[in-house]
Amino acid sequence: MKLKGLDYLNISEHFSDEEILVQHSVRDYVDSELQPIIEEHFKNGTFPAEKIKEMANLGLLGINLPNKYGCAGLSHTAYGLACQELERCDSGIRSFVSVQGSLVMYPIFAFGSDEQKENWLPRLASGDTIGCFGLTEPDYGSNPGGMITRAVKTKNGYTLNGSKMWITNGSVADVAIVWAKTEDEVIHGFIVETDRDGFDAPEMKNKWSLRASVTAELILENVEIPEENMLPGVSGLKGPLSCLTQARYGIGWGTIGAAMAMYETALKYANERIQFGKSISSFQMTQEKLVWILSEITKGQLLAMQAGRNKDRNVLRHQQISMLKRNNTWVARETARLAREILGANGISGEYPIMRHMMNIESVYTYEGTHDMHTLVLGDDITGIPAYR
Amino acid sequence: MKICVLIKQVPDTDSVIKISNDQKSIEMEGITLATNESDSYALEEALLLKEDQGGEVTVLSLGGESCQQVLKDALAKGADKAIHLDDDDYKDLDILSAAKVMVNVLKDKEFDIIFSGLQSDDIGNAQLGLIMAELLDTSHASLVMGTEILDEKTIKVKQELEGGWFQWSELDLPASITIQSGLNKPRYASLRGIMMMKRKPLESIKVSELNLENTSSKSFVHKLYIPQKTKETVFIQGSADQVVDGLIEKLTNEIKVL
Repeated sequence: MKLKGLDYLNISEHFSDEEILVQHSVRDYVDSELQPIIEEHFKNGTFPAEKIKEMANLGLLGINLPNKYGCAGLSHTAYGLACQELERCDSGIRSFVSVQGSLVMYPIFAFGSDEQKENWLPRLASGDTIGCFGLTEPDYGSNPGGMITRAVKTKNGYTLNGSKMWITNGSVADVAIVWAKTEDEVIHGFIVETDRDGFDAPEMKNKWSLRASVTAELILENVEIPEENMLPGVSGLKGPLSCLTQARYGIGWGTIGAAMAMYETALKYANERIQFGKSISSFQMTQEKLVWILSEITKGQLLAMQAGRNKDRNVLRHQQISMLKRNNTWVARETARLAREILGANGISGEYPIMRHMMNIESVYTYEGTHDMHTLVLGDDITGIPAYR
Repeated sequence: MKICVLIKQVPDTDSVIKISNDQKSIEMEGITLATNESDSYALEEALLLKEDQGGEVTVLSLGGESCQQVLKDALAKGADKAIHLDDDDYKDLDILSAAKVMVNVLKDKEFDIIFSGLQSDDIGNAQLGLIMAELLDTSHASLVMGTEILDEKTIKVKQELEGGWFQWSELDLPASITIQSGLNKPRYASLRGIMMMKRKPLESIKVSELNLENTSSKSFVHKLYIPQKTKETVFIQGSADQVVDGLIEKLTNEIKVL
């Protein structure tokens, strides 16, 4: 079986039939149901909430989590291919799925009690419940360990106080995974229902990126939660960072999808646009741009595929995910500029997806670990010197 | 209700078609293969009937190894079993011979309904369902836009006629029915369905091992070519009324858009 779309090196042969069928099914769904509406949502700054149920029915929420919780139980490689196809449409759509699956369902699955898993995972998989992930704070982005959100022990549970910034799905979420320090300065994860007294999630407006995705601030003012809402299986910064590792893995695949969309648009445009009596694809400088993009996407596909294989064998190191996220997001960012140049003035038009992807990728370049932070993670890995401390 | 759906793998409609040097086939390099469009609607109609009436859906495809892709896709969408009639030379079979190969495998399976797409997007014979009905001695309806099971022996079908007319007919079962695109909304394979697919039976039968007689092709491709695009500009002369009359006449009778 063959992957749909760009596969210059014939890497299809390295994927199982199931994985390729996932790519086909998600691509068909995205092309028919999401591509026709995404521009309008992006323009209006709205998330296509009307599609949540469809995406859940397709199995996109918690793709790589077990069947018994209502999830598809597919390989991590299949999850990656799905992220690629979703971000080929829009980074905001992929972000929604990443947050729900990797940042909300994953920590409950990995660190939650049996009761928490049985209570929350089926509802989150079905899309009946939407989740968000609260880690970043106004003054603590790349340095989340400095967070000031506090969980103070009470007789029956905890009282949470603090604020979180740049929270995807924040204002539409029914539940938030909030990371806070207890009195012993240790970070813990808490499941916080968003209808609790003292919880507020004002939407952050005026974004010029990820406009088809909801971003909010979380304000926690004396929010009381019961003891059983704490995630029992993890303490310390490794809890939230392990969730981000899951999400970054999906981003590493997703951004290649965005680059594919821009490459396909630029190649088609270059073949059809006539200047000086011939298509602009016949000019050497256009060909050089297209070949650069094609080569970098192909290398990015190989990187993603091997990361997927490592993850499926449970040997993928977080530093390798840093390489995946850092490289492939950079490829998408550079592709946006080259594709825009190939389309000339039309490159800035909403008739084509280039500027939308370009604006989105600026967020993706920074969120879930900035490009520079991943550089330093890799620098630390090869030299043993953590330059960010 | 036992339903069989005949599915063909064809080049995806977005594929760029290039003709081989011998001018008798197309270059397959770089072609994405997909389920024939009207067969997707036939499968969906079968799955809807199964969900409504109970029973099972078997999908069958004739072709090389690659056509297992469309069978697996159908299993992932909800079909229960698949039969692959493995024959790399199937493209050289005429439609009657292809139908005979399929009938040889289907004749003892006692299907209530055999669905197929109205026609294939590549060769476009639009005869398979009709021939199957003749060879299996079943009822037949073509261009079907709707189905309704009346009882275990009867199906009611809505057929598309010329000029925007429709006709409802009642057929005795078993029946061979060809489906027109657009009568339903084909589902996407859910990711859970894809996981369950590998646990469903996919039987592969080598056509060469069936020892069939009289299945050699009676028709052959002589030459393939891409139709030449031509442009013609016609100036309609005369007064404004004459120009309008002339334009309406052409739009009505030549271009047939009015």
